[in-house]
Amino acid sequence: MTGCAKRCKQGLVKFAVTLHKLVTGTLIKDKADDDLEMTMVCHRPEGLDQLEAQTNFSKRELQVLYRGFKNECPSGVVNEDTFKQIYSQFFPHGDASTYAHYLFNAFDTGHTGSIKFEDFVTALSILLRGSVTEKLQWTFNLYDINRDGYINKEEMTDIVRAIYDMMGKYTYPVLKNDAPKQHVDAFFQKMDKNRDGVVTLDEFIFSCQEDENIMRSLQLFENVI
Amino acid sequence: MAAGVATWLPFARAAAVGWLPLAKKTMPKPPVDNSSRSDEILYLNVSGVRFQTWKNTLDRYPDTLLGSSEKEFFFNEDTEEYFFDRDHEMFRHILNFYRTGKLHYPRHECIQAFDEELAFYGIVPEIIGDCCMEEYRDRKKENQERLAEDTEANESMDAPLPPDSTPRERLWRAFENPHTSTMALVFYYVTGFFIAVSVIANVVETVPCRPPEGRVKDLPCGEKYQLAFFCMDTACVLIFTFEYLMRLFAAPSRCKFMRSVMSVIDVVAIMPYYIGLVMPENEDVSGAFVTLRVFRVFRIFKFSRHSQGLRILGYTLKSCASELGFLLFSLTMAIIIFATVMFYAEKGTKGSTFTSIPASFWYTIVTMTTLGYGDMVPNTIAGKIFGSICSLSGVLVIALPVPVIVSNFSRIYHQNQRADKRRAQQKVRLARIRMAKKGTTNAFLQYKEDRGLGGRDSDSTALCVKNRSAFEHQHHHLLHCLEKTTNHEFTDEMTYSELCMTESVGFRTSRSTSLSSQQGAQNNPTGCCPRRARRRAAMRLANSTASVSRGSVQELDTLHIKTTSIPPQTRSSLNAQADNLKLNCGEQDFTAAIISIPTPPANTPDESLPPSPAPIPGILRNTRATAFTHETVKISSL
Repeated sequence: MTGCAKRCKQGLVKFAVTLHKLVTGTLIKDKADDDLEMTMVCHRPEGLDQLEAQTNFSKRELQVLYRGFKNECPSGVVNEDTFKQIYSQFFPHGDASTYAHYLFNAFDTGHTGSIKFEDFVTALSILLRGSVTEKLQWTFNLYDINRDGYINKEEMTDIVRAIYDMMGKYTYPVLKNDAPKQHVDAFFQKMDKNRDGVVTLDEFIFSCQEDENIMRSLQLFENVI
Repeated sequence: MAAGVATWLPFARAAAVGWLPLAKKTMPKPPVDNSSRSDEILYLNVSGVRFQTWKNTLDRYPDTLLGSSEKEFFFNEDTEEYFFDRDHEMFRHILNFYRTGKLHYPRHECIQAFDEELAFYGIVPEIIGDCCMEEYRDRKKENQERLAEDTEANESMDAPLPPDSTPRERLWRAFENPHTSTMALVFYYVTGFFIAVSVIANVVETVPCRPPEGRVKDLPCGEKYQLAFFCMDTACVLIFTFEYLMRLFAAPSRCKFMRSVMSVIDVVAIMPYYIGLVMPENEDVSGAFVTLRVFRVFRIFKFSRHSQGLRILGYTLKSCASELGFLLFSLTMAIIIFATVMFYAEKGTKGSTFTSIPASFWYTIVTMTTLGYGDMVPNTIAGKIFGSICSLSGVLVIALPVPVIVSNFSRIYHQNQRADKRRAQQKVRLARIRMAKKGTTNAFLQYKEDRGLGGRDSDSTALCVKNRSAFEHQHHHLLHCLEKTTNHEFTDEMTYSELCMTESVGFRTSRSTSLSSQQGAQNNPTGCCPRRARRRAAMRLANSTASVSRGSVQELDTLHIKTTSIPPQTRSSLNAQADNLKLNCGEQDFTAAIISIPTPPANTPDESLPPSPAPIPGILRNTRATAFTHETVKISSL
């Protein structure tokens, strides 16, 4: 009841104010300036030397990376929407937003909701210049959506479905509905050594190291920068 | 893909590591990138202003000039920079496009200049950012409209008729643009006069005249002088019918013409007369007949062909149709509301004039337009209150759409003014351009004299040569080559006209093709040469081997003359006997190409002429051998 009375009072006050404005001639509503206030979050990364020490990139490479990064995100941080947008531009045929979401979480190690340049560069350093173990560890983190140390079938299915979504509708051969499920089953067949329904980090690394294809392809992306 | 996406590509590729454990098949080999990995700064020199940017920045858009290998054409190895001889202020915007991915349109720049720069750098205008796109489009459309107006005006109005136009096309043109020929102008004024006469007659015939004998009441003049008015009316209608039929015949598309507004007005103006003729003198239909006579007043609309202002007004009203419609609708609403209110407010009073709601409409209209005749007046207090509200709101409702209509009219009127002014200026501009073009041909003729005189006074030739640029030298050499090819020479118009005059004495003239023959064709003195045009064509082939000689030649066989320009100085000493031509470096004269058949010189050169240079008779003799034989050539001696 008090809420209703309060609202009535507010309405009355507003009406009186409007009437007053009408009489005195100021008909234009004063818009609050908070519309123009945009929260300009600006983040500056640590020094170049520190980053060089922390990552496997040279100073020049860091410079090139930062210039590109800063050009696209002048505020210094990437939020999830921008991240999804950027990643979707590489896969115009399908829907990359789900996978981008998982990627974002993998990059955003501090779970702050935005990626800073340090996160970006750290992840890139691992992916491009890291050791095999590091790479596999990163990939495991990507698959482990809830960060509990285990990959179960649901998580894997989500990831695989997100990857298949990126392909889009028009594929050859035609994408069947149970293709992700079959893929996941094959994966678990390979990775889950003790058949307990989940894949741990050790099982994952061990199984990957057994597979020559995976080992070979891990070297593929070293020359990206 | 947007520029910035290129910078994220390494990240996307790196993220692909996440797919590897899932891959069913082996990954393909990555592309080998042999280009230098380290980024370098490029220097771009645009008219002296040096810009520097990363190579990566320019590589973002590989389908533009700066992003592709096309820029290598502009690379200056001495200074190790890319040099562009373009506007550096506009280049700023272009470079910013590479940097930020958004192209902005600078508002103070000319739209065409901006478009040209974009075309040069290979950038499509469609990528202009949203912030500037509207402005860009507006200005581009305005510019295009203006250009279209100009070309349309040029084509339709002032271009001379193509020579092979049918009489029908000529007639149509005469109707549309009366100032093209005197006949059309006369007809234009005659029809205007008759429209005025007809309208005045319509008005005057209702004025009461003194009654004839035997009558007391005043009679309208129309009935008193019935025959006179009838004759006048007949004459006018005849003229109008004739005009309408002529227009119908000449119209390029008769259906379209019949549907046009002016044609409908014409028909409505003359129909009543014919219907009146046809209709019998019946009492029943005479009422209808009288109504028809009202339509005769439409003749006054025929004046819109004669007055541009009327046309503009009509066009304005047409373009403001929506505003007018809104005005009408809102007025109707207000009228109905107020009429209803007034009726019920005044219902009680005895003897009130507000007998019904439709009757109140009249009161409402008169009040809202602030006329206030006073034939209907409210008596009750409520009626007076509502009546005052009605008149106050009337002012507002009517005043609101008026500025829109006025601004439309002003815009269209000024557009018309601008178009007229531009057309007038265009003529002046074109004339000036033509003069400038003639200047260059004059220079060539000057050059020829200097060159041809060769072994003369080296000082004066040096002086004459000094003021020419390398371009002019080469251009003149080119023209000279053309002369040698065709074995004719360039001359100017005055000599040509004088030579033309001598033709009447028995010389043949023929014209050689010249560079500016189109201009020459227009400057051609119409009197003498057009007739010879036909003979010219026949002789041209034969004359291709004609020899050229300069200086005083005693005999003329055929004269090759090109009319190019009006020489600024008058050659008063040049007589009609065009064989005596003087060469003078100081004057801007030229020489005529003369073909001669060798006969012994019969007369001495004119004393007023300076002695001709010695080598020329020699030339004469040399050319003897190449003289052609042409049956139609007449030989005469001076």
